[in-house]
Amino acid sequence: MGTFSYFPHTEEDIRQMLDRIGVSSLEDLYSDVPPEFLFKGEYDLRDAMSEQEVRDFFAALDAKDSRLKVFVGAGAYDHYTPSVIPYITSRSEFLTAYTPYQAEISQGTLRYIFEYQSIICELTGMDISNASMYDGPTAAAEAMKMALACTKKKKRILLSRTLLPNVISVVRTYAKFHGVELGYIEAENGQTGLASLQEQLAAGDVAGIIVPGINRYGIIEDYNGFAEAVHTEGGIVIEYCDPSSLAVIKTPGEWGFDVAIGDGQSLGIPVCYGGPYVGFMACRKDYVRKMPGRIVGQTTDADGKRCFVLTLQAREQHIRREKATSNICSNQSLMALYVTIYASLMGPQGLRDVNNLSYGGAHYLHDRLLETGLFEDVFPGMPYLKEFVLKPLLDVEKLQKTLLDAGFFAALSTEEGYVSFCVTEKRTKEEIDALVETVKSLR
Amino acid sequence: MRYYDKLIFELSKPGRTGYSLPASKYPELQIPAGLSRETPADLPQVSEVDVVRHYTNLSQMNFGVDTGFYPLGSCTMKYNPKINEEVAAMSGFNALHPLQPESSVQGALEVYYETEKALATITGLDRFTFQPCAGAHGELTGLMIMRQYHISRGDLKRTKVIVPDSAHGTNPASAAVCGLEVIVVKSKENGLVDVEDLKPLLNDEIAGIMMTNPNTLGLFEREIGEIAALVHECGALLYYDGANTNPLLGRVRPGDMGFDIMHLNLHKTFSTPHGGGGPGSGPVGIKEKLLPHIPVPYVAKNEDGSFSIVKNSAESAGTVSGFLGNFGVILRALTYILMLGKQNILMAGPLATLSANYIKESLKDCYKLPIDTVCKHEFVFDGLINDGADKTEDGHGATTLDVAKRILDYGFHAPTIYFPLLFHQALMIEPTETESKETLDDFIDAMRKIAAEAAEDPALLKSAPHNAPIKRPDDTTAARQPILKYKDCK
Amino acid sequence: MSKIVEGLRYSDSHEWVKVEGDIAVIGVSDFAQSEMGDITYVDMPDEDEEVTAGEEFGALESVKASSDLYCPVSGVVVEKNEDLEDAPEKVNEDAYANWIIKVKMSDPSELDSLLDAAGYKALTEK
Repeated sequence: MGTFSYFPHTEEDIRQMLDRIGVSSLEDLYSDVPPEFLFKGEYDLRDAMSEQEVRDFFAALDAKDSRLKVFVGAGAYDHYTPSVIPYITSRSEFLTAYTPYQAEISQGTLRYIFEYQSIICELTGMDISNASMYDGPTAAAEAMKMALACTKKKKRILLSRTLLPNVISVVRTYAKFHGVELGYIEAENGQTGLASLQEQLAAGDVAGIIVPGINRYGIIEDYNGFAEAVHTEGGIVIEYCDPSSLAVIKTPGEWGFDVAIGDGQSLGIPVCYGGPYVGFMACRKDYVRKMPGRIVGQTTDADGKRCFVLTLQAREQHIRREKATSNICSNQSLMALYVTIYASLMGPQGLRDVNNLSYGGAHYLHDRLLETGLFEDVFPGMPYLKEFVLKPLLDVEKLQKTLLDAGFFAALSTEEGYVSFCVTEKRTKEEIDALVETVKSLR
Repeated sequence: MRYYDKLIFELSKPGRTGYSLPASKYPELQIPAGLSRETPADLPQVSEVDVVRHYTNLSQMNFGVDTGFYPLGSCTMKYNPKINEEVAAMSGFNALHPLQPESSVQGALEVYYETEKALATITGLDRFTFQPCAGAHGELTGLMIMRQYHISRGDLKRTKVIVPDSAHGTNPASAAVCGLEVIVVKSKENGLVDVEDLKPLLNDEIAGIMMTNPNTLGLFEREIGEIAALVHECGALLYYDGANTNPLLGRVRPGDMGFDIMHLNLHKTFSTPHGGGGPGSGPVGIKEKLLPHIPVPYVAKNEDGSFSIVKNSAESAGTVSGFLGNFGVILRALTYILMLGKQNILMAGPLATLSANYIKESLKDCYKLPIDTVCKHEFVFDGLINDGADKTEDGHGATTLDVAKRILDYGFHAPTIYFPLLFHQALMIEPTETESKETLDDFIDAMRKIAAEAAEDPALLKSAPHNAPIKRPDDTTAARQPILKYKDCK
Repeated sequence: MSKIVEGLRYSDSHEWVKVEGDIAVIGVSDFAQSEMGDITYVDMPDEDEEVTAGEEFGALESVKASSDLYCPVSGVVVEKNEDLEDAPEKVNEDAYANWIIKVKMSDPSELDSLLDAAGYKALTEK
């Protein structure tokens, strides 16, 4: 013993501990396990490695991945992560704590979650935010359940066809098992169609609708008349948003919507092959008791000092069990800290600047690509921010392979047969020009 | 720990910034008037120094595993190795976009494959999905697979799931989200599932049973063989809640006990940091026959040794999160598995079990032990033996809450309290295998001192903690008049 | 000792009913509020919602617990006590003065199966 750095026990320690317990061997501690269930084989694992060997192992795997300039979004945006973020989030007081059940020694976590909730409310224009969800798509699924709980007798949820594909997939999965009837609002010229919505509402029984702020084609949607139409029928409106863009585009609150959800990844979290990210959910205060997940609130301690606690817990699974608003327990707390630090560093001007750079780069790329004559605009004149789709007039596979070979991840194929591009502030004009030159080589 | 009373918003001064961005080479953005934000977001305006000092100060009001012993029952707060963090921070992995072509992410896919293979041999199950982001998410996913299995066979009336009364709260909550009706099976006096109570519950409407073994009392369900046979005989499946897998490492495999589906909490059993409540990862393991129902996308190995992503499967339960999974957490877990290797894993479970039994035996003369038997990785006391009630005017002695608050004064995190619900004063202690005998002895000494304090002067416990950054918070006012964001503070 | 008011009807799930014509005024007993401790929220149905005898119509919440409320009679909710929305502590202060909902009864004979004060007293002393 004593040969593995995470196990501090010496032979003598083990002997003394067994003596105190009154058994003679570690095997005796498993005397309650029927012998047929004691594992007698050998695990098909590698031999234990040293740190050096582990590092080499991963360095070799890391080397098998291509380092690409990312020109795709579709739910994961390659924005810059300021160096303060990894520095602070790796502090072990944050990193190695668990859920702040003991408020007296968890004020650090509780305070940043309170700040996070405040930031999400500012960005979305909503009254209340929870402490985080797993990711954007699961937040959408939770919002679907919440809409049903808020409107009690109504049974249908409408999804816009312009939502990101993975959001629709996850909501469909939850709906199938939870017994929710889904309907779809068809797209008109790349936008959620008002006529289609009205048709669906007329059919009745709509508890809520889920629509994107910026949609799967990158278009900034116009929701004039939507809130009124849905509220008149007693439903609620849920917007799935890219929170980074909310610094410059009309917010769910400004549209008169009821719930805002989305993925906080675009606020300082690396793309990291899909996770961990952080789902967010915010709503009007009328719905706070139906909100899933943890919520932090301000109060005072026995001496009257300001402090923060987990609150409104009677909604949650550890108290309500099968009647809880959700089954969520662990969330993505540390990722909420990423978002909090990012929003603090950037402030309103920084976030505006990020959008300005992304917008500028995206529009520059869009126009240069059209100039190649190899693409057609799909929705001419529709407003977009950092993401757009084009109709390719060339062999898409060849296009993608050529770009990949040149070190670009761009021109993601969509279900509709378009190709999708995204530009963040991380992409330089030189990189954009190089991408366009690569495309031109296919003429 | 020092009390620090700022919020980042209170440091804000208009015009101050904490970022640096390249100069724009493009025309200024133009968003149509009706679509642009009307009022700017009132975010903090602070410098980089403000941010670093503020969050450093906040961190110093926090207790983590690196601060001290954290015997929080059912949470497996083992040491989080630092090599895990180094691997997760590798720049290449962090820069991968989740939709990149398979050929450009062969290393990342191999990470998934290696982790799946390791978890399969450790648990005795065959395949894993990594989409679930936490334990409860894994439970839900597992139940979806279970339901999809029955639905695919045309067995549509299986809409009920059996859950023991001692189960984690997430079990019934996950079942409800999955559209399953919860049927509760009782525990016996000895804390184990009552097989006689179970038998009449089994019929052709039961989709499955959710169990954790060892259960939430830390006791091994000895009759699991019989339970598995009964459940399978009625056409239902067994789901294993993997929150309590730690004591089984190196000794027992859920797959061998007859479980068909399980989840693991990588942030418990596989040493990834809890991050103040996440991110976790809750991969779900299944027996091979359930593979058609596993969520998509998932990673598969091709005959030529390369890796690909399976995106469609007609009989799949569906998709349960945005991409393949919490990759950063999975990297950390695989790191830990490689460090353990086939040699060290053999000791992980036994040492965790040794620690728990050692504390139990060292304290059971001061704290009520309702079920006095060998435990696995954790055990549950039912409050103090002498709560000092005779020393108080109102006859109320020190409670489990008071013990939990007092232990903070001794530099330890509190155990889990008031769970499981089988006892009124539950105090659930899980020490893990990474704590030395000296640490355990210090904790035992503190718990014994607290028991003595309670007998002599319960008021001392009732007013604890005495040296944390804050005293006990007023939870009641927090819930009655919720203040949930900065703008509501005043 | 918890207070029990004469002249009310009680359910074995600790709700009380005061009959005013065809309206049942419903609250929770002093015993129920003291078992809950500090009540932080009263979840109530809205006006015009239908309620059924023996089924849930709302819940009392405290910091660490939630307790469902079961309706002693069937009918339609005609009023909820909006004072409790901002001041749930009133139920702790006086559980009998602070009713929760008023129900227009559809079947007043359901009252016959409820307990009288003496019967409820016996129940709480078990």
